[in-house]
Amino acid sequence: MTSVEDRPAAEIGQSRRRKEDRHLITGRTNWTDNITLPGMLHLAMLRSPLAHARITSVDTTEAKNRSGVIGVFTGQDFKDVQGSLPCAWAPDGLVNPGTPSIAVDQVNFAGEIVAVVAARSKYEAQDALEAIEIDYDPLPPVLGMEEAVKDGADLVHPGTSSNKIYTWEFESGAAGTGIPIQEALDTAEVTVQRRFIQQRLIPAFMEPRSTVVQPVGDGVTMWSATQIPHILRTLLAATLGLAEHKVRVIAPDVGGGFGGKIAVMPEEVLCTLVARALNKPVKWTESRSESLLSAHHGRDQIQDITITAKKDGTVTGLDVHLYADMGAYNRLFGPSVPVLGAFMYNAIYKFAAYRFVSEGVFTTKTPTDAYRGAGRPEATYAVERIMDELAQELGMDPLELRRKNWIKHEEFPFTTVAGLTYDSGNYEAATAKALELMGWEELKAERDRRRADKDPVQLGLGISTFTEMCGLAPSRILGSLAFGAGGWEHASVRMLATGKVEVVTGASPHGQGHETAFSQIVADKLGVAFDDVEILHGDTQSSPKGLDTYGSRSLAVGGAAIVKAADKVVEKARRIAAHLLEASEDDLEFDKGSFSVKGSPGSSVSMGEIAFATFLGHNLPDGIEPSLDADATYDPVNFSFPHGTHLCAVEVDTDTGFTKIRKYVCVDDVGKPINPLIIEGQVHGGLAQGIAQALYEEAVYDESGNLTTGTFVDYTLPSAADLPSFTTDRNETASTYNDLGVKGVGEAGTIASTPAVINAVVDALRPFGVNDIRMPATPERVWRAVHEASAGGGRAEGGTTAYGGASTTTSDGEGGFLQ
Amino acid sequence: MIPAEFEYTRPATVGDAVSALTAAGEDAKVLAGGQSLIPVLRLRLAYPTTVVDVGRIDEMRGVRDEGDAIVIGAATTHHEVMRDPLVAEHAALLAQATGTVADPQVRHRGTFGGALAHADPAGDLGACALALGCEFVASGPGGERRIPATEFFVDYLTTALNPDEVLTSIRVPKLGAGWSSHYEKFNRVAQAWSIVAVAALVRRENGSIAEARVGLTNMGTTPLRASAVEQALAGADATEAAIGAAAEHAAEGTNAPSDLSGKADYREHLARVLTKRAVLSAAGS
Amino acid sequence: MTKINVRVDGVSYSDDVEPRTLLVHYLREQLGKVGTVVGCDTSNCGACTVDLDGLSVKSCTVLAVQADGCEVTTIEGIEGPGGALDPMQKAFHENHALQCGYCTPGMIMAARDLLRSNPNPTEDDIREGIEGNLCRCTGYQNIVRAVQAAAGSGA
Repeated sequence: MTSVEDRPAAEIGQSRRRKEDRHLITGRTNWTDNITLPGMLHLAMLRSPLAHARITSVDTTEAKNRSGVIGVFTGQDFKDVQGSLPCAWAPDGLVNPGTPSIAVDQVNFAGEIVAVVAARSKYEAQDALEAIEIDYDPLPPVLGMEEAVKDGADLVHPGTSSNKIYTWEFESGAAGTGIPIQEALDTAEVTVQRRFIQQRLIPAFMEPRSTVVQPVGDGVTMWSATQIPHILRTLLAATLGLAEHKVRVIAPDVGGGFGGKIAVMPEEVLCTLVARALNKPVKWTESRSESLLSAHHGRDQIQDITITAKKDGTVTGLDVHLYADMGAYNRLFGPSVPVLGAFMYNAIYKFAAYRFVSEGVFTTKTPTDAYRGAGRPEATYAVERIMDELAQELGMDPLELRRKNWIKHEEFPFTTVAGLTYDSGNYEAATAKALELMGWEELKAERDRRRADKDPVQLGLGISTFTEMCGLAPSRILGSLAFGAGGWEHASVRMLATGKVEVVTGASPHGQGHETAFSQIVADKLGVAFDDVEILHGDTQSSPKGLDTYGSRSLAVGGAAIVKAADKVVEKARRIAAHLLEASEDDLEFDKGSFSVKGSPGSSVSMGEIAFATFLGHNLPDGIEPSLDADATYDPVNFSFPHGTHLCAVEVDTDTGFTKIRKYVCVDDVGKPINPLIIEGQVHGGLAQGIAQALYEEAVYDESGNLTTGTFVDYTLPSAADLPSFTTDRNETASTYNDLGVKGVGEAGTIASTPAVINAVVDALRPFGVNDIRMPATPERVWRAVHEASAGGGRAEGGTTAYGGASTTTSDGEGGFLQ
Repeated sequence: MIPAEFEYTRPATVGDAVSALTAAGEDAKVLAGGQSLIPVLRLRLAYPTTVVDVGRIDEMRGVRDEGDAIVIGAATTHHEVMRDPLVAEHAALLAQATGTVADPQVRHRGTFGGALAHADPAGDLGACALALGCEFVASGPGGERRIPATEFFVDYLTTALNPDEVLTSIRVPKLGAGWSSHYEKFNRVAQAWSIVAVAALVRRENGSIAEARVGLTNMGTTPLRASAVEQALAGADATEAAIGAAAEHAAEGTNAPSDLSGKADYREHLARVLTKRAVLSAAGS
Repeated sequence: MTKINVRVDGVSYSDDVEPRTLLVHYLREQLGKVGTVVGCDTSNCGACTVDLDGLSVKSCTVLAVQADGCEVTTIEGIEGPGGALDPMQKAFHENHALQCGYCTPGMIMAARDLLRSNPNPTEDDIREGIEGNLCRCTGYQNIVRAVQAAAGSGA
């Protein structure tokens, strides 16, 4: 039986080293691309080199004759069976012309699949792509959102009447959550209006996407680098008309996702179709350039923000209008991403009036969908930037303006102008701690000194006091917002004969540390050792029910489900314990894995002993089934609302435009900590991605609609040498909406950090008449901002900097070096 | 991605390498460390029929002292150049600039000659070779010839090497007494190529600059010398004001590219700022 | 096809390869050394880092034929007898220096190389020493910590 002596009193709250690590640090991994099956064929995808064109002819004859090629497929082969990739958001009036996995007679973005080769080796498959001849009749690319929605604009999809996909609106007056926005606008003493650009980003998970499909009878087994094996199973079956119970999806080791692997990928559909057509197992693994080009992108919004206030700084109204670029198609959650932010623009502030209008737009670019934060980083950026601009307009300290308007800790629970009820938080405490860690006053003095001295290196200070909604999500709310899915999560707890525990979760990890954190929870709930708990996940055969991992939901929803299942196990065990101890259930107490009779310290029975007794079944109470196992499906009653105060100090070299982060401090409240080490790691990584949006990353298209940032040479992820050491800390108020008191931490760093950095850069540049800077704040943009008192303008759109690639692709479509 | 098919040969001598190139014709490529060529092949930006691997030719490796010059074998790796005592003594500029090339793994494989022969104007070594007045030693069917740095870089990714020639070594003239140097590199992220960089060599005499040589990275289709700056520096005081005034000429005669990292006017500005910084640093001012 | 002889993680192999075969594909597909992974095609990410004759290299930017006659060490070959973790592996685990783990083999190999050439690196030395390895999960902070810890432990 298990030993309890060598473990801490409580696992929850301990910085346990991760169970997941051993196989990852030794290279004994199980990435999808590591899988080799007997007879397996390798697939390669031919992708459109044009953003928008009619396909006039396709000739695969030569490719089919190439060495090692077993099959070549085009849109004509699959047009009647491929169905449409699903979009799980369907508000009334959504324009959805359908999403083919492989283009049939028209391509709508550069990178769209036009042919598939199946060959005996990866190399032969790649080679054969060059032997496929496709003739295109080019159509005009549709690139800018505002141009795309004008009357008479070129249409992305021929069957539609406009490139506008939907308009989605929330207004506090109409919703009864506040006063009408018009009233706030009409009575405003101060109004500040800004346009912010959320540049297009690429999730850039480190493991390229990969899918293996094996035909099994009249179904398939699929291994895929996915965040959503369960949703994928259901939707793959629906898309292709397969029976759901004949489809098994396995997410083996998955190397990061950040939203980028929340998809029913065209390649997953095509692997399935080809595997079934050839009756052979197939594998497709993308290259990085293929990934950057064709895996879904994120963000890409134009935000027009108006804030109204009284002269004393009391904010009154917030009016938000977005254009959101969906790219060429409505992907799984793409059109809904802005709506996931719709309730967060008001953030932690007490606005009287609020309006949110989002318009989705088709362009001939790679489709967009979730990227870490999905909707909420955009919201947080807009409100935290406009608060600084309002402070500037009022001549108020930006921190004072925030203090004046945020929800005080004694006001929780607080129902916001967007209609959400925040349960807990303490913005004052988190902010006070962050300011102290930062040495805020000293830095302010230094900033002022440098400003007065006209130092070429200016210091800028930025604040972001953010909140987010996560723990996606209460099914009823998702239903009311027209999502085609719920937000529950499932768990099973299985007691094995020897007292070991198997926990099945419907959450599907790809780096988060579920196995460790969930083991800690179960260890405490059942009183068993951390190492005696095994977490099973990511295979629809062993884990048949689940809604997977995104939206910082795994702990707040999946963890809560595990608690409920574990509680049921304890209750089942209690009946058997009472029988074994010959006592009444009511007289038993359960502590540290043992039931004992109150007041009789000598008599006790452990979970392990009960498990074994249950396994034997020799001596159970009448009418009790010989099993302690229990399931729970938990549907949260509300979102959770992590918050935090992020402070950033940047040094901006005004001679070169280079921005260096001098210091970054954040104090986050993510509720009760399960594993502080994992929390810290999530915050670090989130910060890196949010900072990267502010300073480094942007997916750039040239004027013909080709992706210029098609490799890691041009899509610049920061390395260790580009980022500072962060100072992270926590403040703790428990969520009241789940049994664990947790709020979620997966997206916090990303959501909060981008405006903190940009507010700091703008602060550094205020003396130069600058009041905004486009993201990413590249050195060139910063330099232009300084010298033109502008937001830095656009970048060159053509001209990769990679390996002489400039000689093959330029914005004017001509070869040669860009002059 | 995966390179297209090619024939491969690995000669043991320079003579064999020249023979292999001659036999293979115009569509052959020379492979040394492969740190530029292999990505180009993987992205299928080039389709050589034959790849001639000179990475194992002993006579093309190492650094030796030839009296008035040090001679760096073309297949000497960046890693070796950075740590070589002769380079440190006579061409510290090269050691410093080489240390900024890419990252440690790339420097372990990438070669001095390979980087120069790739002739990417964003590469760091061309500007240094120009400033140092290097000579490029090439072997071809007609024997050996020396190409001055001023003639070596012809155009974007194009050198004076003939298709049947191998760059075997680079002669770096020893600087006399009183010279000091600095390489000032500017990029967006640590592992990126230079947006602009400046190689500065300065000889000081009695508190003023007697002579200066300035090379520019990524300010045209080839690495460039900033001749106007050099002229302005000759005899100038080694003061911030004088050096700054000279650096104002840095963009003269350049033809800077416009790409994602910056448009030409920004690069011209950077050239001026970085030239000032490089020269100040080299002059120890 | 070209014949190559390579010693990988202490085992000698003699194989015919196409000259265009990348070392990483040779390791993964011919030798089954799938611990080493591919993350990009431009030599930026470093996920494929292995030691080649004692120096770290990006095995996606080395042809298998270039490794002929060489000694290759991968992430699968650095454990001690009885599966004892290499000090760098141990430091990565202890300091939570990995999340999804995809960059980890390359990051560990790069970090080991760094300490071979600089046993007592500063934080800046470490950050620059691993600049050829991209990680999307950790923000690098705990990786830096792990390398510092491994340096302190005499790795």
